[in-house]
Amino acid sequence: MEYFAIVIGAIFVNNIVLAQFLGICPYIGVSAKVSTSVGMSGAVLFVMTLATIVTFLIYNYILEPFNITYLQTISYILVISSLVQMVEIMLKKVSPELYQALGIFLPLITTNCAIMGVALLTIQNEFNLLQGVVFAISHAAGFALAIILFAGIREHMELMDLPKAMRGAPAALVVAGILALAFMGFAGLV
Amino acid sequence: MAKKESTFLNMVVTLFLVTAAASFTLATVYNLTAEPIAQAREAKRQFAIGQVVPEFDHLESRKFLPPGGGDSLEFNFAYLNNELVGVAVNTWTNRGYSGRITAMVGFKHDGTIIDVFTLNHAETPGLGDKIEKGKSDWSNQYRGLNPAADNIRIRQDNGQIDAITAATITARAFSDAVQRAHDTFAENVMSQIKTEGEPVL
Amino acid sequence: MKQWNNFTKGFIKDNPVFILLLGLCPALGVTTSAFNGFGMGLATTFVLLGSNIVVSIIKNVIPNKVRIPCFIVIIASFVTIVQLTMEAFLPDLFDSLGLFIPLIVVNCLVMGRAEAFASKQDIWSSIVDAMGMGLGFTLALTMLGGLREILGAYSIFGIQLIPGVTDGMLVFVLAPGAFIGMGYLIILFNYMKKKTA
Repeated sequence: MEYFAIVIGAIFVNNIVLAQFLGICPYIGVSAKVSTSVGMSGAVLFVMTLATIVTFLIYNYILEPFNITYLQTISYILVISSLVQMVEIMLKKVSPELYQALGIFLPLITTNCAIMGVALLTIQNEFNLLQGVVFAISHAAGFALAIILFAGIREHMELMDLPKAMRGAPAALVVAGILALAFMGFAGLV
Repeated sequence: MAKKESTFLNMVVTLFLVTAAASFTLATVYNLTAEPIAQAREAKRQFAIGQVVPEFDHLESRKFLPPGGGDSLEFNFAYLNNELVGVAVNTWTNRGYSGRITAMVGFKHDGTIIDVFTLNHAETPGLGDKIEKGKSDWSNQYRGLNPAADNIRIRQDNGQIDAITAATITARAFSDAVQRAHDTFAENVMSQIKTEGEPVL
Repeated sequence: MKQWNNFTKGFIKDNPVFILLLGLCPALGVTTSAFNGFGMGLATTFVLLGSNIVVSIIKNVIPNKVRIPCFIVIIASFVTIVQLTMEAFLPDLFDSLGLFIPLIVVNCLVMGRAEAFASKQDIWSSIVDAMGMGLGFTLALTMLGGLREILGAYSIFGIQLIPGVTDGMLVFVLAPGAFIGMGYLIILFNYMKKKTA
């Protein structure tokens, strides 16, 4: 029941993009096509889960016992950026197909504040490791849901005759606003 | 000036120096700010306690586990001239619209609520944040009620508290937090305070 | 004249938020009121200024291949300094900005200026650039926060515009209003950019 609440909360109620405003850059940046947004979602799922596990261990077994939690920000960002590099190198060797699919999105992920945000939230909510993993996977799923829906709408919008001033980013943001409005309907589910 | 060659040695040395300098700086800043941060937190706590109990000159704190389970609640016994004037209970609920709400609830010796004060919450701005004293006087409804006799649930749950329009869940959660404070108070403290003003512990 | 252009380019022509679309997360996340937007803008400006100065000083002693990790460490240090100082002296603002303070570290604007500008220019130009970009960012966040506060709560910087009326168009304080308000401000800035060009 508790895990169910975490999952529903993370995907629908507190959707990471539409309610918490994390990961907006890739959300606007790589959502022009459904195929690229699926790739990005895969990469986010992969890195977000790994990053949450590693940062959880670092916080609870290094920062907390040594009373140096003020190094949280600096250690998290270093861990996340080296993790992304490592994943990139390993993926290239181990699974070239997967690398083909996710490769170009990986470097972009370091500056995706959703990864860092979820890692910080896991600590803030005082989750244990398993809850943290479930939390990370659900947030990644929420990201995927939001960005794939958005990409589908944007593909259709290409065919519309919008006023010149609205084309591009403004129209995308207004659409995101309407999506956020729709997601508010999930509020109170948990 | 030309950029340095990227040899293994100088890369390691540079990275080490940069991180060492960074951690040294941060440790210094941390030591400088640790005191003011603690003071700011203490001031916030004192202010919240002052909002829910009458004037006091001395505080004593103890923690009690709530009967329903979960994190312990901090009880702040407020004394004036060695007489107990009220107990400020730092309580919580996880039933908020977006997560945990914490609040300070002040009780008289018999469990009557003196006042309530919201500490932290992540409720919707403009709707659920009416539980804050600065935003609306909604929370004044709890004043003078005694949960032993009065039903402090919201009207939708057959209680006597008016919910907040369009934020029923928040109001229900707030009542839950107040109820938790009272249940813990009744179980652990009330039996030890027989008359008004008597010091406990 | 060159420095002046360097300074003012961040306001309209290259406004980091509305024209370059950088740092959108904090721009949408914290701008529920003009004051929050202003506070976040200044915090980011401080980090930007600090990292630009340090990067520009040590740019010649950093081997090329490890420059990005070094920049990250420098930026993260300044973010933590802001975080601790704000918690100590502005606890209320710290509470309302919350998670977005540590997240300045992943603000593409800060990293972008370090890599694209400060690692190639002298200190003086880097300071001017950081101030210009930072103030442009602050301007953007304050405008978006102001717009949302005026429409959503009929107030500006906490001062009620219509006495006795506190419930505005709530949707502008909530998530959808952030996106929609941002969309229309982008149109406005595109228009102003065209006018001044």
